[in-house]
Order: sequence, then C-alpha cells, then structure tokens
Amino acid sequence: MIRVVLPQHLRVLARVEDHVELEVKGPVTIRSILDSLEARYPMLSGTIRDHVTQERRPFLRFFANDEDWSQQPTDAPLPEPVASGAEPLRIIGAIAGG
Amino acid sequence: MSDVRVLVGTRKGAFVLTADGRRKTWSVSGPHFAGWEIFHAKGSPADPSRLYASQTSAWFGQVIQRSDDGGESWYQPGTPPGEATTTPEGVPRGESNKFVYDESPETGKPLTTHQWYDGTPHPWEFKRVWHLEPSLTDPDTVYAGVEDAALFRSADGGKAWQELAGLRGHGSGSQWAPGAGGMGLHTILIDPENQNRMIVAISAAGVFRTEDGARTWKPANRGLHSAHMPNPTAEVGHCVHHLAMHRSRPRVLFMQKHWDVMRSDDAGESWREVSGNLPTDFGFAIDVHAHEPETVYVVPIKSDSEHFPLEGKLRVYRSRTGGNEWEPLTEGLPQRDCYVNVLRDAMAVDSLDPCGVYFGTTGGQVYASADAGDSWTPIVRDLPAVLSIEVQTLP
Repeated sequence: MIRVVLPQHLRVLARVEDHVELEVKGPVTIRSILDSLEARYPMLSGTIRDHVTQERRPFLRFFANDEDWSQQPTDAPLPEPVASGAEPLRIIGAIAGG
Repeated sequence: MSDVRVLVGTRKGAFVLTADGRRKTWSVSGPHFAGWEIFHAKGSPADPSRLYASQTSAWFGQVIQRSDDGGESWYQPGTPPGEATTTPEGVPRGESNKFVYDESPETGKPLTTHQWYDGTPHPWEFKRVWHLEPSLTDPDTVYAGVEDAALFRSADGGKAWQELAGLRGHGSGSQWAPGAGGMGLHTILIDPENQNRMIVAISAAGVFRTEDGARTWKPANRGLHSAHMPNPTAEVGHCVHHLAMHRSRPRVLFMQKHWDVMRSDDAGESWREVSGNLPTDFGFAIDVHAHEPETVYVVPIKSDSEHFPLEGKLRVYRSRTGGNEWEPLTEGLPQRDCYVNVLRDAMAVDSLDPCGVYFGTTGGQVYASADAGDSWTPIVRDLPAVLSIEVQTLP
C-alpha cells in the first residue's frame, strides 16, 4: 500500500486522519498516486492539481523520501521507499504568513 | 413568529447566526469549514433549508458546499455524508468543484484571453466562486459568478457546473480587465417577474443583461462615467461594485460603482447618478429596504486608496427617496477610531416588519438593525474579516 500524507485542510475535506493508504496499479509515480487518490477521494479532485491541465497547484509541493519532487515529471518512478510503502508521499502546503 | 438566519462568509470560515423575529438574542454556530475563505453563502428562496457555500483557498482551489438542513450539516454535492464517493466502477460521483470554461465553437466562442492590467492579452484562469445565486423557484438550480469573470449554472444541486458561455462570448469579453480585487462576476440578479431576464455585474467590466435566460447578453452601462478609463463613457470597463433590486419593482436597479451611486429605472438600459449629498460616493455595499422600494442603504468609504469610513466614523446612509437625499445612520455604530471596510456582498436585509438590515465588516463585526437602520447592535464583534452576508427570513 502506498501512503500519502495530506495537508490538514485536505484531511478535513476527505474526512481522514493523518495519512491515507492507497492501492496503486502499475508504476508508482506522482500521477498514478494522484489518480488513485482522486478516485478514492473524489472530493480532492481539483484541490491538488488542476482539473483540466493536471498541473500541480502552485502553492503545493511533493516530497518523496525527503526529496523535493515538485518539479519532477509526474510520470517519473518515485523512490523505492515510497513505492514500497515504507515512506509516505508528502503533499505539503506552502507556509502562509511571516 | 418568524425566525431569522444570517449566513456569514469570512476569511477563515462560515458562521450561521440565528434569532427569533425580535432579533435581540442571537445564537452563533461556526466556524464551518474553519481556515477556508468562504466568499459567499446563500439559501434557496424556494427551499430555505437548502444552502450553498463557496469555499475557496489559494492552496487548494474551489470547493462547493451544500446543506439540506439549514446549515446543521454540510457536504460536497455528489458525495453525501455516509455514501460511497465513487461508483462501483470507481468513477467519482460528483465534480462539484469543477469549473471549466466552455471554449467550444459549438456552445460558446473559443475565447481564451481577456485584458491584463497593462492591456496585454491574458489567459482566462478560473480562481474562485465569488457569488452563488440560487434560482427563485428551483432549489436544485443555482448560478455561480466566478473569477476570472464568467457565469456558471448547476441544475442538479451543485453536483456539476456548466458555463453559460454566451456572456463571455457576447463580443466584449476580450476587452474585460481585472479591478484591484480581481476580475470577478460578483452580482447576479434574477427578475422575479421574468426569470429569463438576468443582470450581472463584473469588476471591472460593468453590467450585462440577458433577456433570454442567459443565452445572449449585452452591456448595460449607458450613463456610467468612470474617470479612470481612457474613454470614461465606454460601453464596457466600468468598475461596478454591487447592484441591488427590489423584488416588487425589478426594473429599478441601484448601483454602488467604484465612485458614484447610480440608479436605473429601465432594467439597466440607462443609468443616472443619485449620489446627491453623500459625503463620499465611493463604497462597495448597497441594498434596498424589503418593503419600501425607494429606501436604499449604502456605506460610504473614504476613497479607492483609503478603504475605511470618513473621519473614523462608521455610518450607514439611507435614502428614502430612491437616492439623492441621504441621511446618516449612526446610533449604535462606532463614531470614532473606526477604520474597517464593508465589502460588496456584506450587506443584506430581512423581510420582517420593521425591516432588518445587516452588514459585516473587515474587522469581524456583524451589525444588525431591527428598525430599518435607525439603531444598530453588533451581533458578533470578533469574527474573521467578513466577506459576505446573506439573510433568510424563515417561516
């Protein structure tokens, strides 16, 4: 199972605690994880990536195995610890305020 | 005795304020959707238990919330609480936050750019829903005014949204430009005597009217004069802040423009200024008394660069003559050191007798008057900045 840690506001929307666990078919990538996440939690559609362009919303970042994957191709295979479920994919909101 | 429910949208959540018809003792529930901007929440005239709310965030985008029990509980349309969020095949049941511009040649026009602040073409980008206007007769039909400016409609209770592309595609859309607060469609008026006639307002494009149920539109800005424009009387480009209509006389409209308070007696075909003796005619909010169609309320704000009341005195101004002659209403309102703003959608009236008037401030106060504005009392003083106020008078 793939684990995904969501920002607090999205946990509230999805009515989940802490993190979610997902089945991901095929290569584990940002795109395949988000596809699975939105299928399981459709209320999150459009909140992480644009409905149409599929581009990441600008104030969000993706971290996998402590590395910033926000600028990487969304079809690039994620590190093994994330693909195996040992480490979560972390979706992080930019810090607001000073 | 009737009850009153006040729906308050703020920078950090929604609040629901309720009282009986005396309007003296209030209950406060919230924050709902804590931490999110609630640009607007409004109830259906056809079913007062049906509420819609626009929940937005620069981080996470747009969410539409709906309540079927007067705000006791909320859900995203298409995914009711307790129900599976997908079909057995795994397909999402609803796409209630999906606002996609219609650029197809068949239904709209392939309009892809408007003007940016500097006059250059800029791609149309959906940002948020500014205003939700439920149908007067069908609880499942609701209109959404959005930024970048366009009009959407849902006919299934907010589950799915379609752009009414005739507005952007009527011809002047490529000339629209944002105001300082963005390019939002913020006002939607439906004529109760002819629901095919709708009037919308956009900052900073102006007023537009349809006579055929939103299929075709034309600008309705004749008589407006905006000194900030290269051509002050141009057909489009006016920074209209808000419009108000009285249900019994829908061809009479009142406008708070960037500067100037205006009036139309012909459903927006032409406008004339009625600022009269106002100490400043800049402002955002405007509304009409529930039973006296010539009684109008505004909250004058010092200027477009100083968004607070003149002299630190929070004053509502009332005209009982449909404009031009205005009187300040101050009893119960702070008359020194007050530097809040009252935003365009943050004033509303109830339909009790005497008429109740309500407004919210960027300082988090919601003021109520149970005597048509003669005196005011804060219902709450310390909410987050208030973005919108709507009032329901309940049987």
